[in-house]
Amino acid sequence: MRFGVVIFPASNCDRDCVHVLRTVLGQEVEEVWHEEQSLDGLDAVVLPGGFAYGDYLRAGAVAARAPVMAAVRAFAQVGGPVLGICNGFQILLEAGMLPGAMLRNAVLRFRCTMVHVRVESTQTPFTRTLREGQVLQMPIAHGEGNYFAPGSLLSTIEEAGQIVLRYCDAGGRVNHGANPNGSVRNVAGVRNPAGNVVGLMPHPERASEDVLGSGDGRLLFESVIMWLETRKRSLVGA
Amino acid sequence: MTTATLAPESVGLTREEYEEIRRRLGRDPSPLELRMFGVMWSEHCGYKHSKLTLQLLPTDSPRLLQGPGENAGVLDIGGGWAVAFKMESHNHPSAVDPFNGAATGVGGIIRDILAMGARPIALVDSLRFGPLHETRSRRQAAGVIAGIAAYGNCVGIPTVAGELVTDPGYRGTPLVNVACVGLVRHRELARSRAAGPGNPVMLVGARTGRDGIGGAAFASEELDTASEREDRASVQIGDPFAGKLLIEATVDALRTGGVVAVQDLGAAGLTCASSEMAARGGVGMRLELELVPLREEEMRPDEILLSESQERMLLVVMPEAAERVASIYCRWGLRADVVGEVTGGPLLTVLRAGAPIVSLPPYALAEAPVYRPAAREPETLHARWAMPEVSQTDPAQALLALLAAPAVAVKRVAFEQYDHMVQVRTVVAPGAGDAAVLRLPELSPKGLALVCDGDGRLTSLDPYRGARRAVAEAAANLACVGATPLGLTDCLNFGSPENPEVFWTFRQAVTGIADACRAMKIPVVGGNVSFYNESPDGPVLPTPVITMVGVLEDVSSTCGAGFRRADDMIILIGKTDPDLAASFYVSAVHGMHAGRPADVDFDAHQRVLAVVRDAVARGWLSSAHDCSEGGAAIAVAECAALGGLGAEVILPAAPRADIALFGEAPSRFVLSLPEHRLRDFQALAAARSVPLTILGRIGGDRLRLAASTDHRWAIDLPLAEIAAAYDALSSIL
Repeated sequence: MRFGVVIFPASNCDRDCVHVLRTVLGQEVEEVWHEEQSLDGLDAVVLPGGFAYGDYLRAGAVAARAPVMAAVRAFAQVGGPVLGICNGFQILLEAGMLPGAMLRNAVLRFRCTMVHVRVESTQTPFTRTLREGQVLQMPIAHGEGNYFAPGSLLSTIEEAGQIVLRYCDAGGRVNHGANPNGSVRNVAGVRNPAGNVVGLMPHPERASEDVLGSGDGRLLFESVIMWLETRKRSLVGA
Repeated sequence: MTTATLAPESVGLTREEYEEIRRRLGRDPSPLELRMFGVMWSEHCGYKHSKLTLQLLPTDSPRLLQGPGENAGVLDIGGGWAVAFKMESHNHPSAVDPFNGAATGVGGIIRDILAMGARPIALVDSLRFGPLHETRSRRQAAGVIAGIAAYGNCVGIPTVAGELVTDPGYRGTPLVNVACVGLVRHRELARSRAAGPGNPVMLVGARTGRDGIGGAAFASEELDTASEREDRASVQIGDPFAGKLLIEATVDALRTGGVVAVQDLGAAGLTCASSEMAARGGVGMRLELELVPLREEEMRPDEILLSESQERMLLVVMPEAAERVASIYCRWGLRADVVGEVTGGPLLTVLRAGAPIVSLPPYALAEAPVYRPAAREPETLHARWAMPEVSQTDPAQALLALLAAPAVAVKRVAFEQYDHMVQVRTVVAPGAGDAAVLRLPELSPKGLALVCDGDGRLTSLDPYRGARRAVAEAAANLACVGATPLGLTDCLNFGSPENPEVFWTFRQAVTGIADACRAMKIPVVGGNVSFYNESPDGPVLPTPVITMVGVLEDVSSTCGAGFRRADDMIILIGKTDPDLAASFYVSAVHGMHAGRPADVDFDAHQRVLAVVRDAVARGWLSSAHDCSEGGAAIAVAECAALGGLGAEVILPAAPRADIALFGEAPSRFVLSLPEHRLRDFQALAAARSVPLTILGRIGGDRLRLAASTDHRWAIDLPLAEIAAAYDALSSIL
């Protein structure tokens, strides 16, 4: 499959995403410059982590208005899978492509640590091959990852099954002690109603090789690859 | 140009130095030139008091590609790849403005590595503050950690190792030393020697403003109580966003092959970069002030030439490459302006409106005079070697107090604020092992190990031995993760070199590092001297900090420090003659820096290290940790806290329980391994005549330590209490 990894000025996980997709998973990868107007020829798009445009304003606020985001929006509108990781998630929120917003971590500090998350929705290309309740181990590294949505919106997205991941303990229990940043109801990742746009704070690309402590993140990439292959086969079959 | 005279003292120079300038120029310097000399001949830029002493340090290694004298040292690691690394201090700015001082320290050292053509892959920081129960020290520590995090996290360079030590001896003079490590292909190695008359000189990155003017001179002064208010303007403000763009653009620009020379703009800004690049290349350079892009209007020539605005670099490029290089910086949203050119003549010339306002030989500026300062052994030194009577305290309380001391306690509160995983190389995370381990996919399965060590307490008690102990411990830490030392960079933090006792201490410490490096065949490939760390409290605790880089043949066989499996055997290797002299126990529990530190027997040390390294490489060990501050008891307690496993341990007998528990000696390690590996391991140790003691076994949820064989536990604590003490920093910072 052909993945696009978007590079904003001061994205800093772009090379890591390229490494995992290209070297670990053997996919074709195109580095997409933030001024790009078109995503033609790509099967899936990743918005990587980092501090796009320095994030001196709210995280993701400037990047959400970058030229490439019109193309990302168009790509998503026709069902293309889009994954926002960390800063990429923040950008998707600021772009209005996902519901909710990010606040500063409740501890008011950047936090980089390994966490557990529970799969809440398998209705996305990135979690289709996982099962609900499955516990994954992945690192987080962010200063603004305290997910927030007002009560009514939160109810709506919860009822619609748009919560993709929640922070949990090693046993899969979602509780206060397992919440690293104060996120409302331990939300670690959400999707759009259609399911093809997913944002998450944990870094699957940092947990895609056992030598780095966890291979669980690879499951998300493998899931979307399988989803794309299935779609391609069905299109060819039709 | 005005001919009004300027007193040499007003720019920090002596009358003799003024005469030397006159001799070199054959005339009086203009006031502008004199200001440039004032900064370039400051201790910070000129190394005038340390240069001769630093020549003691061995630099030779078969792997050496670049020794001291460039922006960073470079050593070959095989496969056409090399590692560039250097450590630098940012003590003075961090004392005045902890957040910005530390952040710009990170930015500066990153650019030094970048200037070698290397992509930075890791940061290591060594921090020292006054006691953290004091508000000012706590604020400094919190600010420095946040500043390092703000810069390092944004630019995407993981901070993977470090130290945090507190002592009243750092109260007025906190130390912030940051090292950066980068990777570079041999063929892409860059240098700072300007060459090729007619080649354009480009200033790239941020525009030039009024910030940080005279920062280098300020860093060469003693701090007083008013400094925090008055010197704020001498501290530069970092812009990590621009720093990140500068990294990417410079890596791209160097790859064009059209860049002849590159140097970072740090202390003394354009003055330092232009004069050093020209002097190193034996050429001249002409700069036109109107071509320098400015952030503020109506800047004076001296402000432009001495500005320490961050995120700037100076490039010498081939004429045909200038446009291409400029377009690369432009793509990354940065400026790249031609501000002059290399000339064949022997002069550095600065033009304003076409008329020369500076014209002098580059070497005259770049090579400050060299001094042989007076040295005198501190009067009180021998008196402090006498060990006072130390009362025995409750061992359990002492253990908890030592575990909670910042030097020992887990630095989770700092490492969690640092992105230590970006770049997906981190195999052993900070705090999880005695050194950080990074994999090198470029040379798979090889890896790099990084660690920094320094001990101001030992150095103040015996600078020669203290420095040797720091080098020995860094190598010991590397052995624990299975790495062989490749080279080191040092950061030497002392008071005023004009104080003969301080200078004697400095020279002894450098001699100690040099001797240790010769004994272990480890080259010193670069470093930094920070003098004038003085406050109204007096000179700083003399603190040489060593950052050592090691190589692992296979990262998958590396080893952490925490206990891993119940029922594993716990082993102590190395000579077992611990002593309370100069120990951390006597310092932290009894409040005294006293006693003469034991010296390192490097022959024995090398043999123990080889045993540890071999055992790690063979995958025999479950954990490996060296005994340092707090002795064997603290080493065992740390392994237990890190692994979340209890243990029952009987330490070798000593004249007193506290000596057995907390006494210190170099070259000792606490290891754990499955019982079926014991015989092989004993044979390995015996083959190198390394003493070995079986201490006990891992298991249970309590830590029990006995100091003899009478089966009374000197310490018997629940693991939860050990873990809570070990994590004390999290509730302080």
